[in-house]
Amino acid sequence: MNKRLMIVVGVAVALSTGVPLRAHHSGSTLFDETTTTLKGVVKDWLWSNPHCLLTIEAPGADGQAAQWVIELQAPNSIYPGGYRRTTFKPGDAVSVTVHPVKNGRPYGRIVSSVLADGRELGDGMLRMPATAPAAP
Amino acid sequence: MLHRVMMLTAGLLGAALLALAEGVAQDKPGALWTPQVAIRGQDAVKERKPAPRRNITGMWNALRLGNQSGGVQLKPNNGRPENALPYTPYGLQLYRSHKPLEGADSVSPAFNNDPRTRCEPLGFPRWNHYDLGVQIFQDEYKIMMAYNYDSRWRVIWTDGRSLPTLVDGGVEADGEYRDPRWFGYSVGRWIDDYNLEVVTVGIMSDDRAWLDNTGRPISEQARITERFRRIDSETMEWSETIDDPKIYTRPWETMRLPMTLQDPRIDQITRYCSPTEIDRYNKAFGDAASGK
Repeated sequence: MNKRLMIVVGVAVALSTGVPLRAHHSGSTLFDETTTTLKGVVKDWLWSNPHCLLTIEAPGADGQAAQWVIELQAPNSIYPGGYRRTTFKPGDAVSVTVHPVKNGRPYGRIVSSVLADGRELGDGMLRMPATAPAAP
Repeated sequence: MLHRVMMLTAGLLGAALLALAEGVAQDKPGALWTPQVAIRGQDAVKERKPAPRRNITGMWNALRLGNQSGGVQLKPNNGRPENALPYTPYGLQLYRSHKPLEGADSVSPAFNNDPRTRCEPLGFPRWNHYDLGVQIFQDEYKIMMAYNYDSRWRVIWTDGRSLPTLVDGGVEADGEYRDPRWFGYSVGRWIDDYNLEVVTVGIMSDDRAWLDNTGRPISEQARITERFRRIDSETMEWSETIDDPKIYTRPWETMRLPMTLQDPRIDQITRYCSPTEIDRYNKAFGDAASGK
């Protein structure tokens, strides 16, 4: 399968509605339901358990530049959605949509991203339809 | 109409997942190290053959249900009355002392007391409810289950030995006292050629391990009954019932997972718990995001 088809499939899967597969902690306790899109420059990309962390420098909703730390799920969870250890590198210009934390600080959980090469990825989580047919 | 749309969506997604799985393997002819994840759902099964007799070996995954992050599959901890559990007074008190990261009573990362976040072993049966992806091997004496999370393994004896008896502080097996274990003591019995029943006793005490990610408790008095029902060559149902009179007033069913056989060559990425990485996560994100 060529890379283009892989990306299409990955994004389709990641963005489709369904049951999230894995999580270290609940999203509703920590994160706001609203989304914010951050356009900035990558400072650090940590491929690690229990969560991968992307640090970017970007202006927030108030226009002030800030260092944002964005949480993704663990490597085994976001690998199916297309993320890799090499997905981001310092200096990359990226656009990342996040659910910000409720306390107003520059932290968030990823919703989707547009990479430096224009590729689009979702939150990385593999989802299956919630109402899929049962096994025979 | 809605049902047809959902069926079509399910079919397309299943086909896409299978195409992705096969495509990864085909990108590099002769490459045997890819893919690193099991992503085949039951919708992607192309051909079903009759189930093999008395055999549950293989790499299995329950893609549709993942790690039951919001509580065990059949009783998610979402505050709905139908999912309320039959706690004893002690069980309820214990539940309220837990500060989980998931479920109706979840707290922010900085304020949790889940043993998992200190890299304590998950304990049994919580391993059955977490980050599923399990490889099963069997010989004439036993079945071994290798769990993805933290690369842990468990033995189920199928050689006819008796189930140990619960005694104060542990179990008695063939007249000998034995300590509790993180996976307890499991004995399996084939009910017929396609149904294996496994009973487990002798798990760790209720101050060491939880039942699920939402802080529900389980105690050393629990008797856990699992049923592995081999449906066909590609699928299996894995169910589980908890009988723990110290914590719950009656037995209840936790899960009935539809498992799909995966490519046995998959070299799966392991999820693990590293105190160093947990500490780094809390300093870089968890504490500040929690308002600590």
